[in-house]
Parts: sequence; structure tokens; C-alpha cells
Amino acid sequence: MAQTAPIETERPVGDEDVAPEVPWIVIVWNDPINLMSYVVYVFQKLFGYPRDKATKLMLDVHQKGRAVVSSGPRERCEFDVSRLHAHGLWATLQKDR
Amino acid sequence: MPRAPIKRSRRGGFDLRIPAHERDVLATLPDMLRALLVDGDATDPVLQRLYPNAFTDDEEASTEFREIVHDDQLEQRLAAIDTMERTLRSDHLTEDELIAWLAALNDVRLVLGVRLAVTEEAIPADFAGDPETEGAFELYRYLSFLEEYVVEALSS
Repeated sequence: MAQTAPIETERPVGDEDVAPEVPWIVIVWNDPINLMSYVVYVFQKLFGYPRDKATKLMLDVHQKGRAVVSSGPRERCEFDVSRLHAHGLWATLQKDR
Repeated sequence: MPRAPIKRSRRGGFDLRIPAHERDVLATLPDMLRALLVDGDATDPVLQRLYPNAFTDDEEASTEFREIVHDDQLEQRLAAIDTMERTLRSDHLTEDELIAWLAALNDVRLVLGVRLAVTEEAIPADFAGDPETEGAFELYRYLSFLEEYVVEALSS
């Protein structure tokens, strides 16, 4: 797969693991239809995440039901959600509480 | 292990070894998907799955979001379907063409999956009895198989 510029690869991303100054987060929710391999592919393609990180996020979605996949200003998160929707993933954004 | 139906080619792009009878099945998908995307009812659970709420607790913001992104997403989806239809009989695809196939295949899987209310553990026996449902699940499983190979090829 073509390498795209990594976005926020240095920031730890996990369920509750987001830098405190970041106001919005993007959550991907588990669904029974999307293939695990496809979800990994989409995370790599859209966010430029390395395969390991994309796989870990996919497993969080699969096992915990959801994962925070990106964070930042609201507009950035809306953009990410629209791209995830265009790829058939179930994603939402919300203020990081 | 069967021979992979889709492989990255040494000369660039991807080689396809999909039998003609399977392509005949794939050829039925573009019209089905287009009809749903263009003429479908927005309250149809399938379309709600393709254009989901962007906010869990704010229906109004979700509706507004959908109004903003819908047309672009529809255009992208239709373009992917057109590309897949145009290259349906090809033995060689460019990377962009295969990415379009992936988008169209995944959209059809979402449509079938929502219609059938599949679970992660779904097996053919769950859909036995009604020939139409049985056929839909068989198609869903075939598309899952094919999509696995498309993702593997694109990731290679």
C-alpha cells in the first residue's frame, strides 16, 4: 500500500487516552459486517497509521465495542468522520470529556 | 488454499483471475446498488447505515452533518460503482480501479448485511428455508471472500 504522511502518529490513542487539551474525539463503533482486515486497511489509508497501530485500534473496536481513532479540532474530526462514513465504517465525533 | 483471485502484478496494478460465472454475479450488483442509492427511501435502515449519524446524542447536528456530506459521498459511491461496472470483465486493474471495486463491494456487503441482520457468527443454516434469503447470504459470503482478497492485494 502507498505510504501517506502520518497524521498524529506520535499521540497515544486509546479509549480514554487522549491529550487533555484536545477538545474533540472520533470514535469508531463495532459492527458485525465490516471485515477486520478491511477496517485495518481503512485506518492505515485514512490516518497513515502503521499496520501495528491500525491493527490494535481495530481489535479495540472489535473487542471493546469502540475505539478513539483520532482527535483534534471539531472541523478536523468532522472531516475524519465523513471519510470513515464514506468507507462504510460507523463513526461518531464528540467532545472529549 | 485456492489460488488468490486478485494479486498485485509485477508490471504494476493487479491481475484478476475471477471466473466468468462469478463476474456474471458481480455484474448484477451495480444496478442494484445505484437504484438504492439514487431512488431509495432515506428512512431505509440500509441508507441509514451508509449515512450514519455523526453524533450519538444530537439528532439535529447529525441531520445537518448528513445534509452537508451526503452529495459528495453519493458522488464518490456512484463513481466507484461506475468504475467497477466499466472494468468488470478486465483481467488487469489499476490500483485506483481496484480501490473502486473495494468501495463498491463493501457497500453491497453493508446493504446485504443490514437486510439480513447478520451477526459476526452468522452461518448459512441461520438463513435456510427462504430461497431468496439463502441466496442473499450466499452472495454476502462470496463478497466477503472476494473482499478479503482485495484488501490483501491492496495491502501487499
